[in-house]
Parts: sequence; structure tokens; C-alpha cells
Amino acid sequence: MRYALKIAIRYLTANTAQTALLVTGVAVGVFIFIFMSALIGGLAEFILSRTVGDLSHITIEAEDRDPAVLIDAPGHVLAAIERGNTRTATLADAETWLPLIEGVPGVRAVSPQITGAGFLTRGAQVAQVSVTGVVPGRESAILDLQGYIVEGTALTGSGLIVLGRDLADDLALSLGQTVRLQSSGGITALLTLSGVFETGNGAMDGARAFVSLSVARTLFAMPQGVTRIEIKLDDLNAADATAQRIRALTGLDAVPWTDGAEQLMEALNAQAQTGYVLKTFALITIVIGVASALMLSTFRRRPEIGIMRAMGAGRGFVVFVFVTQGALIGLLGGITGAALGYLALLPFPSREAFEPGTLPMDITQGSYGLAIALTVIGAILASILPARAASRVDPVTAIGQ
Amino acid sequence: MSTLLETRDLVKTYGTGEAATRVLRGLSLRLEAGEMAALLGPSGAGKSTLLTILGTLMKPTSGQYEMLGQDMIAADDRALTEFRNAHIGFVFQFHNLLPDFTALENVIFPAAVRAGRETPAARKRGRVLLERMGLAERIDFPTANLSGGQKQRVAVARALMNAPDLVLADEPTGNLDRASAMQVMDLIGEINREEGTTFLISTHDEKIAARCRRQVGVRDGIVTEEPHLA
Ligand SMILES: Nc1ncnc2c1ncn2[C@@H]1O[C@H](COP(=O)(O)OP(=O)(O)OP(=O)(O)O)[C@@H](O)[C@H]1O
Ligand SMILES: [Mg+2]
Repeated sequence: MRYALKIAIRYLTANTAQTALLVTGVAVGVFIFIFMSALIGGLAEFILSRTVGDLSHITIEAEDRDPAVLIDAPGHVLAAIERGNTRTATLADAETWLPLIEGVPGVRAVSPQITGAGFLTRGAQVAQVSVTGVVPGRESAILDLQGYIVEGTALTGSGLIVLGRDLADDLALSLGQTVRLQSSGGITALLTLSGVFETGNGAMDGARAFVSLSVARTLFAMPQGVTRIEIKLDDLNAADATAQRIRALTGLDAVPWTDGAEQLMEALNAQAQTGYVLKTFALITIVIGVASALMLSTFRRRPEIGIMRAMGAGRGFVVFVFVTQGALIGLLGGITGAALGYLALLPFPSREAFEPGTLPMDITQGSYGLAIALTVIGAILASILPARAASRVDPVTAIGQ
Repeated sequence: MSTLLETRDLVKTYGTGEAATRVLRGLSLRLEAGEMAALLGPSGAGKSTLLTILGTLMKPTSGQYEMLGQDMIAADDRALTEFRNAHIGFVFQFHNLLPDFTALENVIFPAAVRAGRETPAARKRGRVLLERMGLAERIDFPTANLSGGQKQRVAVARALMNAPDLVLADEPTGNLDRASAMQVMDLIGEINREEGTTFLISTHDEKIAARCRRQVGVRDGIVTEEPHLA
């Protein structure tokens, strides 16, 4: 229907001011749509990266077997075995699982760890510490340890320890000095401070220590296996599905970060819902705007429509002329709005560089294509009613001899 | 001469109940191919009503209408649209042209809407027709800038675009001065003689009617006088 397209374009260009106004109106709607997408998406990203970014996306932890409880028929507890104080459970064959897990699509990094508690002593100073033994070179696989280093390096190794800022200060420990670490099992090691990190999180900075996996093996008397495997994904939203996959693959109890994060997820969900509502309103505004403008145009062009019908233009042709106008307005307004939205989002810092105090707009989450597609579809739907009205114009009364 | 169209006992009633106006009251008319006929009658006699029915833009309340051997009453909207496009040209008194299009674009509309695009052949014929109407200088003019007489000549060219069998003209010269009116009538007469296109032209003007070889009178909803072919 090339000819109908030509007529539609001519109708739009015949009244440039009116068309420009209409396209601008649509563009504003699209702009709002894109701005909301970028804001809601950026906000979610921001909140997630702040709360989950440094966490393991999927965690496999060695579980002590649940204490067995003997219960007789009437419900009396006959005997219970209490959970012991010392760790007994390990992921003994971690080595065999690691390559398998690393091969799962979407897995970015895998960090086998031995975790445990201990005391740091230096002279008269004693501090409780939670120790994580990591594979040297993989210190920053889950938590960006290197990124938080303020002194020295994150690299662990034999005889080395990396401590949080507050903990190092409490012990008046500076880089290169030694500190004694005693594990909960009573094993002691003399370690040299090789790095100091500062995350801003008090619990981390005041009570965490990182050592190499082999140091941890000695400290916690664990010649093989690990206590914990942390997994980082490319997309943290894929945690549930990937965890399920790992469980199926290895039989290990892989727990996604979303377990226990229901409140966060609910909050993010509510935020996304708000975004949908606002975007829907933006689309409805576009549809109403286009429909009313085309309705008016249909009315104004009644005599012409009558002439075209008399000259042998079918109803379908008339419908096509008006629906095409709607589609063109939607396309023009959509592209204009998307371009404006993109330009408006450009000055905002990128996802990696959110600055406090600014809106965490994410230019990559503007849903430009979706905005344009929905606008075109909306504009086409909006033009159906006016187009039908146009196709039903009675040539006799329209030409009105 | 063969019969182009024939109506029998056409009745047209506008409105219903109290407000019902019976305009055509059993009108029968026959037009032979190649005729050039004037449709005369006092205002309100039903001339425009008849032309609209003959042009298949409206159906009569009752009666029969056949053109080129086809039943125009039974045909549906789609069939009539195609039929109009191929066989009937219109010239109206007002609201004739598409204002946002040039003279040539207006003229070739009937061909373009049929082909789905403006073909070079259609453009060529459109130019020839406009030249014939003495509008060689106005071919690519926006129609909004044309004078009344020029607009009517563009309308005549457009009515002829698809080489129709019948051209229905409802007071085509009604708002033109005498010189322009006569120029339009001369052109219509020329086309009628040279191409054998049948014309039915409604008018109040005796001088215009005199240019036609046949005069059809309408009064009280029926054909009252039908002088013999000149
Ligand atoms: N749509 C309509 N509804 C009701 N009445 C109508 C309608 N169209 C025409 N009429 C009436 O029908 C009668 C005939 O109208 P028509 O336009 O056919 O007359 P006409 O012969 O063309 O008159 P004129 O010479 O003034 O153009 C008039 O009385 C008119 O008022
Ligand atoms: Mg009339």
C-alpha cells in the first residue's frame, strides 16, 4: 500500500505545526517512559550492588548433620544429640566439584573457602576475629577485596594475613608487623600483616581476616576439603535458576542469595511495580493523545475522505491511510523521545561510578527499543478507532453538494 | 447505440415517520452510451439525489438500477467501489479536489488508488489530460492555489482519468463565471464527441443545458420531459 503511505505522509506534512506538536507530545511520553525505566532499573541495580554486590550469589556450605531426635509415640522426646561446638562437617570432595561448578553457564567465579573463628593477639591486645581462607589469587573473586585495600595488597600467601582497618588499628598493627592468630581449635600461627582493607562496613572492618587457604588448613586442622564454596554469577538475577542447576549437577546444597532476602526482593518488586504503573500511564497518555488528534483529523478531512471514496478508494484504503498516520506519529515520537531520553541520561554517572547524592540513573536500562515498539503499537491501536470512523464516512453527506 | 444505464421506478425517501421526505417517486431513466445529457429541474427537485444514486454512492429506497448490464442495487460496497473506480467519473460543485495535493496528483488519484501506486503511465495520461484542459502551466501546482474555473477543469480531468463510461457532473459550473463555465462545457463537449464518454450534467442554467444534445427534466420526483436526441 505504497500509495496509502504517500497520502498518510502528505497529510502529516500538510500541517507541520500540528504534526510537530503531536510528535512532541508522544516524544514526551516516551521520554518519561525511558527516564522511569532508567531510574527504576538504575535504582534496583544500585540497591542490589550496595547490598548484594559483595556477597556470594550462590553459597554452598558444609552442614553439620541435624542432631537426631528420638521421639516416642505420644510425642515425648526420649533422647537428643546436641550439635557439637567444633566443626566437623566439610565439603570433603570440593576439588572434584569445582571444575563442574565453574563450567555451569553464567558462573563468573568460584571461591572455595575455609572459614572459622579465632583470636588475634599482639602484646596485651586480643581481638576476636572471623577468619576466611581463600585461594591465593582469588581473594577478590567474590568480595572486591583488592578494591577495598587501603594499604598493602589483597594477595594472601604463606605467613601472610590481610585485616580490616578497624581491627589493625585496634591492635596498633602496621604493615609488615606480625600478629599471632589462634584458631578456635587451639592451633596458633604467626602471621605478617600484608594488607589492610576498609569497606565502610563495621562488622567487616573490625572483625574479618583473610589468609591463604593453606594457612587456614593448618589453623583449622583441615588437611582436605573446604567449609564453604562461594559463587559469583554474571547476572545476580539468575541466582535461583543457577543454584538449582548446581544442586542438580552436584547434589550439594547450593543456596542462592535470594534465600533470606525476601524483604529486599519485595521492596525491589514494589519499586518495579511503581515503575510499571508510571510507564503504563505514559503509554496511555500517548494513546489518548494520538487517538484524539487523529479523530480530529478524521473529522476535518471528511469531505476529502468522501471524495476519495467516490473516486474508488475502498474502506480498507482509508483505514490504512489513518492507521499509517498513527504508526508514523508513533515511530517519529518514539525515536525522538528515545533519542532525547538517551541524551538526557548521558550526563549521569555510569553504573560503576554512582556518586552519592545523584540519581542512580542507568542509561543502559532505558528500554529504548521497548519504548519505541510499545509506542508504535500504542499509536496504531490509538488510530484504529479514528480510522474506522474515517472509513465509514458517508461520501454523500461528506461531499455535501 | 447501446444502453449504458437504466433505472426503473426509483424511489428515494429521506428520513422516516413525520420527517420523511419523498424525493424520487418512481423515476425511470435510460441513458445510451455516448450521450451528453443535461439534468434540469427546480431546486429541491432531486437532481443531486438522482446523480448520487446513479453514481452508486447511495442506494434508492426502492426501484431498479442497472448499468453496463450489472445490477447496481444488489452489489455490495466493495464491488461498487471497484465499479465506480473503473466506470464512473464525478465532478461536484464544491469540495472537489484534495487540497494537500497538486493538480497532477489529484488527476491521477483514481488510477493510483487502483494500482496501489502512482505509475509513470498514469502520470503521463494525467499530464495529457491537464494539457487538454488548458492547464499545462498548472500541472504541479498545489490545488489550493488554483482559481475556481481551474479547479473545475482539474476535476474534469480527474473524472476522465480512468477513461470511464459515464461522467456525472452536479452543477459543475455552478460557481463559475460565464466564460469559465463555457470553457468547461466546451471541453466536456469535446471529450464527449471524441471519446464517446457519456455525460449527465445537472444545471439550472438554460445556456449550459443548451450545450447538451439531450435535456432531462426532473419535477416532483419523476422525469417530466425528455426531448428527443438532438
Ligand atoms: N440527506 C438528506 N436528508 C433529508 N433530506 C434531504 C437530504 N438530501 C436531500 N434532501 C432533500 O431532498 C430534496 C432533493 O434534494 P436534492 O439535493 O436532490 O435536490 P436538487 O434537485 O439537487 O436541488 P438543487 O438544485 O438545489 O441542488 C430536497 O428537498 C432536500 O431538502
Ligand atoms: Mg443539487
